[in-house]
Amino acid sequence: MTSEFPHTPPRKSYTFSDAANAEIRRAAASGIYDIRGGGTKRYLPHFDDLLFLGASISRYPLEGYREKCSTDVWLGTRFAKNPIHLDIPVTIAGMSFGALSGPAKEALGRGASAAGTSTTTGDGGMTEEERGHSKTLVYQYLPSRYGMNPDDLRRADAIEVVVGQGAKPGGGGMLLGQKISDRVAMMRNLPKGIDQRSACRHPDWTGPDDLEIKILELREITDWEKPIYVKIGGARPYYDTALAVKAGADVVVLDGMQGGTAATQDVFIEHVGQPILACIPLAVKALQDLGMHRKVQLIVSGGIRTGADVAKAMALGADAVAIGTAALVALGDNDPVFEAEYQKLGTTAGAYDDWHEGKDPAGITTQDPELYNRFDPVLGGRRLKNYLKVMTLEAQTIARACGKNHLHNLEPEDLCALTMEAAAMARVPLAGTDWYPGKNGF
Amino acid sequence: MSKQTFDLAAQSLRELNSALHALNGQTNQTAWDVVNPKGSHAIAAGLDAPLDVTVHGSTGYYCAGMNKHATVRIKGSAGPGVAQNMMSGAVIVDGDASQYAGATGRGGLLVIKGNASSRCGISMKGIDIVVHGNIGHMSAFMAQSGNLVVLGDAGDALGDSLYEARMFVRGKVKSLGADCIEKEMRPEHYDLLEDLLRRGEADAKAKPEEFRRYGSARKLYNFNIDNADAY
Repeated sequence: MTSEFPHTPPRKSYTFSDAANAEIRRAAASGIYDIRGGGTKRYLPHFDDLLFLGASISRYPLEGYREKCSTDVWLGTRFAKNPIHLDIPVTIAGMSFGALSGPAKEALGRGASAAGTSTTTGDGGMTEEERGHSKTLVYQYLPSRYGMNPDDLRRADAIEVVVGQGAKPGGGGMLLGQKISDRVAMMRNLPKGIDQRSACRHPDWTGPDDLEIKILELREITDWEKPIYVKIGGARPYYDTALAVKAGADVVVLDGMQGGTAATQDVFIEHVGQPILACIPLAVKALQDLGMHRKVQLIVSGGIRTGADVAKAMALGADAVAIGTAALVALGDNDPVFEAEYQKLGTTAGAYDDWHEGKDPAGITTQDPELYNRFDPVLGGRRLKNYLKVMTLEAQTIARACGKNHLHNLEPEDLCALTMEAAAMARVPLAGTDWYPGKNGF
Repeated sequence: MSKQTFDLAAQSLRELNSALHALNGQTNQTAWDVVNPKGSHAIAAGLDAPLDVTVHGSTGYYCAGMNKHATVRIKGSAGPGVAQNMMSGAVIVDGDASQYAGATGRGGLLVIKGNASSRCGISMKGIDIVVHGNIGHMSAFMAQSGNLVVLGDAGDALGDSLYEARMFVRGKVKSLGADCIEKEMRPEHYDLLEDLLRRGEADAKAKPEEFRRYGSARKLYNFNIDNADAY
């Protein structure tokens, strides 16, 4: 007999959400963790939670279109004979040939060079596409050492010793068999089609004392010409920064958990590391405590999208930023123009993250010639240049409004925070107050 | 051709490597003696010419790192990472070698006449390594290609997660790493080994038929849930 009383409406569990249950079912069916590309998709306190105060009676602004606001940056001034001078403080982060197609790497080089900044290799060695098209190229020295050789070290403009990555601090790289083409296999000295898992730590050094000797060796091999960067994930930014400085780094590259990866376990991307907002002040404090702020330069990355993000990162003390995901979006990654093809892959524009499968309709994260030949590296390069220029103009707009004639003159005093979390992490006052959590012990 | 002598007690490491880097394939200053190394790091790192460098004493980390074309002979023992990422040429250690000997090496020949510590040949990518004594644990971890010859014993987890590198061990293997198995010695392996022993200055000490061959079972090349326990 049917009850005459209303039913309790269906109620789904917050804990066992549709997404959580779907993942349980997927794991049960497949027996393997979820692998994907990109960075964290969860909500995190970020630069959006900070605002600039702008000029007032006590701070006067610079004229927007007439008074100079410089954007250049020197990197590697501590020890290198040939430090790098960039026109803009937005660099292109390390992304491998293998993860990306050859034409995509070429486009990164074209765009970055036209905008006056650097590109970076990745876990697959240096290609002619990127060396040939990158005026300034940073050569990554990774645990896998795929393709590593002294000739490329010498023709690089800087060397980046990669200790960690924001998307997966403590984890190694991954490139699944679909993308191990003949060329990728040859460059990495691997059998074609295998699921490649890079080592998570370097094969010939462990710890800060060894790192110091490793950096010495790299300097000796390259006759002390090249700036040596040390890249760390957002794990323990105060101590890692201090140890990188102690080991002799010219530049520290700090990547927060919003930073992307070509492929790794979703559980790693979403549950390991700290947001970049929380990392920057600690890294800056480490540099200041050692008297090395601005002497060892700090490049930060992880979720940088706009000139406002650039300006905020620099106001917190960074010398420059790096972009990866945003650069790929500028090239055309996840563009709605490919929506029909994303639908065929069971996803939608903006959500496509199966980069490891090599089926990217945009031709960027693939080694399939049919797909990557769709991508025009000249057009891609122009789009990236435009985007980098816009970011720079945006950052200048904000800096002038704060009365600064160089982006490096932005400072924490120019900022306030919209949330308690952001105030605590960035160590800038909560809007409308002169206080942030932890200040004066409270 | 005159032999050059470089005294690390009187001149700096930078001066040594700078002088060696300045030489190219056309130089007649090909023979160098380095004295008083006293464990210095990065001695003769980054050479790029067919030089013949003899280091009289023991070296620190990364001696002959990334060597190309040169022959570097160490009349003593070598610290960690000797001949790391070597491209070509030869490095001969008369004594023992510390950990990571020949790490990621892509070519050339590394000969260790004593013992090698842990992680010998880690991630090797084409180098040939001949060890007259024993090697430590985790040797040839993730080794991609090249040959590792061991006249003595091998420690735990030999060849863990290796790819296509070959290992020949004459003595006992304490344990094999994940996906590493013993393989049949075929005629071409005896020929290969004979050549390696000769070039490794070990042909008077051992014969090819005394060795066993180890390599990849290739079961972990692509993920398979049934092999999950091996990861």
